[in-house]
Amino acid sequence: MKHFLAFALLFATMMPALAVEPAERLADPAQEQRARALSGELRCLVCQNESIDESGAPLAHDLRVLLRERIAQGDSDAQAVKFLTDRYGEFVLLRPRIEPATYVLWFGPIAVLLIAGTGSAIYLRKRRLQPEAAPLSADEQARLDRLMKEGEG
Amino acid sequence: MRRLLYLLPVALFVAVAVYFLLALDPNRDPSRLPSAMIDKPTPVFALDGLAGGKGLSLDALKGQVVLVNFFASWCEPCRDEHAILMKLGKDSSVQLYGIAYKDKPEDTQRFLQQLGDPFRAIGLDQTGRTAIDFGVYGVPETYVIDKQGRIRLRHVGPLTEADVAKELMPLLKSLQNS
Repeated sequence: MKHFLAFALLFATMMPALAVEPAERLADPAQEQRARALSGELRCLVCQNESIDESGAPLAHDLRVLLRERIAQGDSDAQAVKFLTDRYGEFVLLRPRIEPATYVLWFGPIAVLLIAGTGSAIYLRKRRLQPEAAPLSADEQARLDRLMKEGEG
Repeated sequence: MRRLLYLLPVALFVAVAVYFLLALDPNRDPSRLPSAMIDKPTPVFALDGLAGGKGLSLDALKGQVVLVNFFASWCEPCRDEHAILMKLGKDSSVQLYGIAYKDKPEDTQRFLQQLGDPFRAIGLDQTGRTAIDFGVYGVPETYVIDKQGRIRLRHVGPLTEADVAKELMPLLKSLQNS
């Protein structure tokens, strides 16, 4: 039980490792919060699947400092992000913008689901609506009876 | 018409398979990305040089077709490509300039003393800000700037003989003649 509690405490206090160094932080908590939120959405160009908020790469450090400088100078969130997309392209955005070039990316899966769903619905409906087999004619019935009898014999 | 409809999934499958096959091309590097700076004006910069050097600024490059190479003494691939830069530096038709990225001036100096200095002028980008303005991910990177001061090419990673012959020289020639 003691062990369990120790482990529980350990896991409860576990936090994701953050790359942001104390010296990088802005004095104004509101601005720092904005910078944190923005840097979590910006890709580190060196590691590519980490945000600059998480990455320990030197370039990520430089970009975090740069972002905070822009914010401290009074840039809006959009202006600060534009500063980076102007230099590194849309690729720095971990969440791609919704615009004509990314419609396929954003709406493609929904479109596929709708098309496949509609297709399946039509198919299943048609199958259910198919009339039951017509009753046997007198000739067919006679032949069936004969065959059944032969089978028994 | 009905038959065509049945072929639709097959067609879709083929399309997806071809796309995957192309993506498996061993020569394709998914981490290599097009630069957002292509055909845009070169960012303004003015950097100090090494002791005795004149430094490097955008104004000094105006009106000519130039190669700008970002390098650092601590960067191993930069050493690999240095022989090729030396060759380019000897070519009188090539205007090769260097920007030392986040490097101590004395280290840059030693690096060039050991391996030779192919650059017409060198700027020291100790903060890395000029590199960020260029959209540099990491050294070495090489840029081609045209007479109008626009960035025309970004080469990521060390230059090879083939890069120079197939990519750089033809572009430099066509830009010089335009």
